[in-house]
Amino acid sequence: MNMINIEGLNLSFGSGSNESKILHDVNIQVKAGESFGLVGESGSGKTTVLRCLAGQYHHWSGQLSVNGNSLQHKLDKKRCIDMQMVFQDPYGSLHPRHSIETALAEPLKIHKMDNKDQRISSILKKVGLDDSFRYRSPHQLSGGQRQRVAIARALILEPQILLLDEPTSALDVSVQAEILNLLKELKEKEGLTYLMVTHDLGVVTYLCDRVAVMQNGHIVETISSSDLANHGASEPYTKMLLDCCYHTEARLNDTTSFAN
Amino acid sequence: MQNTKLEVKNLQISFSHEGNQVNAVRDVSFSLGQEKLAIVGESGSGKSTVGRSLLKLHPKNATVEAEKLLFGDIDLLKASEKTMRDIRGRRISMIMQDPKYSLNPVMKVGDQIAEAYLAHYKVSKKIAQEKALVMLEKVQIRDPKRVYSLYPHEVSGGMGQRVMIAMMLIPEPEIIIADEPTSALDVSVQRQVLNLLDELINESNIGLIFISHDLDLVRNYCDRVLVMYAGRVVESIKASELENAHHPYTQGLLKAPPRIGDIRHRLPTLERDPSWLYN
Repeated sequence: MNMINIEGLNLSFGSGSNESKILHDVNIQVKAGESFGLVGESGSGKTTVLRCLAGQYHHWSGQLSVNGNSLQHKLDKKRCIDMQMVFQDPYGSLHPRHSIETALAEPLKIHKMDNKDQRISSILKKVGLDDSFRYRSPHQLSGGQRQRVAIARALILEPQILLLDEPTSALDVSVQAEILNLLKELKEKEGLTYLMVTHDLGVVTYLCDRVAVMQNGHIVETISSSDLANHGASEPYTKMLLDCCYHTEARLNDTTSFAN
Repeated sequence: MQNTKLEVKNLQISFSHEGNQVNAVRDVSFSLGQEKLAIVGESGSGKSTVGRSLLKLHPKNATVEAEKLLFGDIDLLKASEKTMRDIRGRRISMIMQDPKYSLNPVMKVGDQIAEAYLAHYKVSKKIAQEKALVMLEKVQIRDPKRVYSLYPHEVSGGMGQRVMIAMMLIPEPEIIIADEPTSALDVSVQRQVLNLLDELINESNIGLIFISHDLDLVRNYCDRVLVMYAGRVVESIKASELENAHHPYTQGLLKAPPRIGDIRHRLPTLERDPSWLYN
């Protein structure tokens, strides 16, 4: 059974002559325990797909279902327990004046869960922090530590699905490696399902099993990571993206820039 | 190296805060000719601090000391504020990381480019505007007239960064400091912006200091790489020989990012050795 099932997802903003369509018939199926990547350039609609799933947009049309339950347009508590999101910028996603404990206790309070103290302590350990972080504020943490807190906050409700919106693009390469290792470890231990948005094809082939390439709100190609790495991509757009990534790995030969 | 543009010897920068002294940069030496020099390191390694010190953009609580800080024949350490004003933007200019935050949100992008020219040359507004239009065309913006009168929120990230490059190049500087110019852009746009910058600096013999944390990017783009760790230069190496870098920190940075088709199960993370600080 598919853990996440997206069928014919459409979304547009504005109305009348100002209407602009953001997503065109997006179909994605993610199996339980799989990690699925969404890649594409900025503005291609990849984050928008996550936001529809997370309940931040309500006016989509199409079929969304998670773990067999079809999603309503209104956000309910059940969906939050199934699915949590980790955002791109760990500097912006934590409340600057809430201590780490407050940030982690809030979802527990909303969902009326017990054993708060114990849950916080065990989740901190799970993401590689310890109890000494509880009473610190975000500004006392480094970027990597903040992203760990953001992952802890998402995991504290014990969801089955994590929506990851460029979780490492604001971090340095060395810290990125730590966070990617953590995500990989957590996935194996907890059997989580990931839906990750990124524009870094290296990251996507490292963490994800399958990848959908998006352009202008369409999915142009869905491909397994190993095929992607072994030049199995058939769409020119995918090849262009690959080309851009390989160029940073191999010596730049041509200085011709292509049209945007 | 012929015609050295910039010479830095034993640069030290420290910040004092409530009686505490923090040494942000120690003993950094390098020289820059007509080439592309990269300064690479993690956040907090002092790479941007070095870049900013060349333009004396530091707050009052910073102390900048050096045996030598020469730009051409001007001693930047002793330069007056007036001399610095003539240098900033005009002779050394700086491209910032994020076009979203670095452009003035309430001014048309074209006017911002023209303003950069007007600030340094005594010409009429009209000529500056024409110059700005030519510059927009040079940075490969297709419809310069239309883009001239757009506001920063109306242009995309890649276009914004091109506007910023135009703004920095229009006074015809001798050195450009690019502080992570493409880290806010995605891969496809990144390449266009870098190629463009490359063409333009070759064309006008500009020396480039490229500050970045992306060794992969830098190795293909720059001629020489300074690797910084905790305010020190741990390694200075030709970009083409980066593969043979011997410092464990450089090696660590090279190995950290996942590559396409990576089969490593765990990515190596940096083991920081305190002894690196004493070499």
